[in-house]
Amino acid sequence: MKKRVEDLKVTENRRLTEGFFLLRVQSADGLPEIRPGQFVQALVDDSPATFLRRPLSVHDVDTGSGTLSLLVQAVGPGTERLSRLTPGDRLNLIYPLGNSFTLPLAGEKVILTGGGCGMAPLLYLARKISESGVQPHFALGFRNRSRILEHDEFLKLGPVWISTEDGSQGHKGFVTDIPAFREEEWDRVYCCGPEPMMMAVAAECRRRNIFCEVSLENLMACGMGICLCCVVPTTSGNLCSCTDGPVFNINHLKWQT
Amino acid sequence: MADLRTRIGSLEMRNPVMLASGTCGYGAELDDFMDLSELGAIIVKGTTLEPREGNQYPRMAETASGMLNAVGLQNKGIDYFEKNIYPRLAEYDTNVIVNVNGNTIEDYVELSERIQRLSAVPAIELNISCPNVKKGGMIFGTNPASAREVISAVRKVYRKTLIVKLSPNVTDITEFARISEEEGAEAVSLINTLLGMAVDVTTMKPKLSTITGGLSGPAVKPVALRMVWQVARTVNIPVIGLGGIMNATDALEFLMAGATAIQVGTASFIEPRTGIDVKKGIEKFLVGKNLDSVRRITGIINRI
Repeated sequence: MKKRVEDLKVTENRRLTEGFFLLRVQSADGLPEIRPGQFVQALVDDSPATFLRRPLSVHDVDTGSGTLSLLVQAVGPGTERLSRLTPGDRLNLIYPLGNSFTLPLAGEKVILTGGGCGMAPLLYLARKISESGVQPHFALGFRNRSRILEHDEFLKLGPVWISTEDGSQGHKGFVTDIPAFREEEWDRVYCCGPEPMMMAVAAECRRRNIFCEVSLENLMACGMGICLCCVVPTTSGNLCSCTDGPVFNINHLKWQT
Repeated sequence: MADLRTRIGSLEMRNPVMLASGTCGYGAELDDFMDLSELGAIIVKGTTLEPREGNQYPRMAETASGMLNAVGLQNKGIDYFEKNIYPRLAEYDTNVIVNVNGNTIEDYVELSERIQRLSAVPAIELNISCPNVKKGGMIFGTNPASAREVISAVRKVYRKTLIVKLSPNVTDITEFARISEEEGAEAVSLINTLLGMAVDVTTMKPKLSTITGGLSGPAVKPVALRMVWQVARTVNIPVIGLGGIMNATDALEFLMAGATAIQVGTASFIEPRTGIDVKKGIEKFLVGKNLDSVRRITGIINRI
């Protein structure tokens, strides 16, 4: 599908937890087809320290109203500025960018795992999986109870197991410690989160020979495959995580796990 | 209407706006956003004889009004280029220029000969200024004798338009421009990136895997402009100006300082249509000033 540069209208910007915001933007022209796992490159205005666009995963899509949801973690001046956008503001995006997750086949048993900002692509992926007639399950990890993101939204789509590092809610430990993830037989595992977490999930999937796709968050300049900055070493050499990814099958990555 | 046509040696361009090597891929990446045939030329990414994986990630760091990169000439090599990329490039109704790189003089010569055979490529940009490779690149472009040797060797075999891309990481860039002219280059393009670095104080490590990298973006524009002005006063061959051009005003500064054409580089990462916007902006400026041709403003600051 054709990529576009477009000014979208901010319709909502809501703080979810410490440092996380749900930013909704609406297209006047209607949205193009967007596949789960794809991302946008957001232009940050009025932030002198921010030169490049900021890549943000598509968190959810409402085709009817032409609304995109973006989950933003305020980590630096650029994302801080985005967190202060208010309804009526304009947000210039280049989108849709990147490849997408592979949807499961009918009858497959699938689980979506992730942590922290990794929640960003998982909700829309779960919605698409659910629409395809497959039941998504979730194993989601957070630092503590107060950092849990979008729990209610995931619960609407399927069973959710939570882990927290301090045990303040759900299972104490990491997502890979969640019994349902470890013990049940999964056909597909999808994962997005901090790299150590994705590597642990990938190691477990490789050990049990389970199909697993991860969504990477490499530093990017262009997001369109022209700068070659966001490369990831793969079995086919260095590939751009913006165009050949951000979604990779773990067997394609050179993670020594 | 103003006449935007311009000429680099025997290369005719419909306007002075080119897309810089390494910032426009092979064109196709930008097709969704614009019609590349509206531009004067596109300079596709740095090519070598052999395939190259480039440097390790991380290769990029955002800096104040710019960015550092240390890509290191990642490309699939000339065989792949000829077979898989060139046929698509030949379809564009604009000048497609290839940026030529090598480890040795023999590499540059062989690659130039190979590209000479591609009828839809009317020019090469000899890259003797890449700061991100251990061999070749900037090593040629920062030593006058080596620069002379490689330009002379390529000129002997390459009969189409030869542009030499100069490094700013030298004491006197005009010396290298003069050498290029003496050895028969039809034009020089400048500047390539400025060598720089950045440190991550949280991890207490360099931000780039290579420690140093090339700085581009508006941060380098005043330096680039100064060098273009110096070079344009020194040589008689056309000067192609680049370095931090984000809009038509920036481009006009380069033209007025003596550039015959300009390249849009890093700006395309942020706004892929910058090249087209710059072209339209230059035209609008000329019309507003009642100037019939872009040639009227080339080097105008030196004439007043």
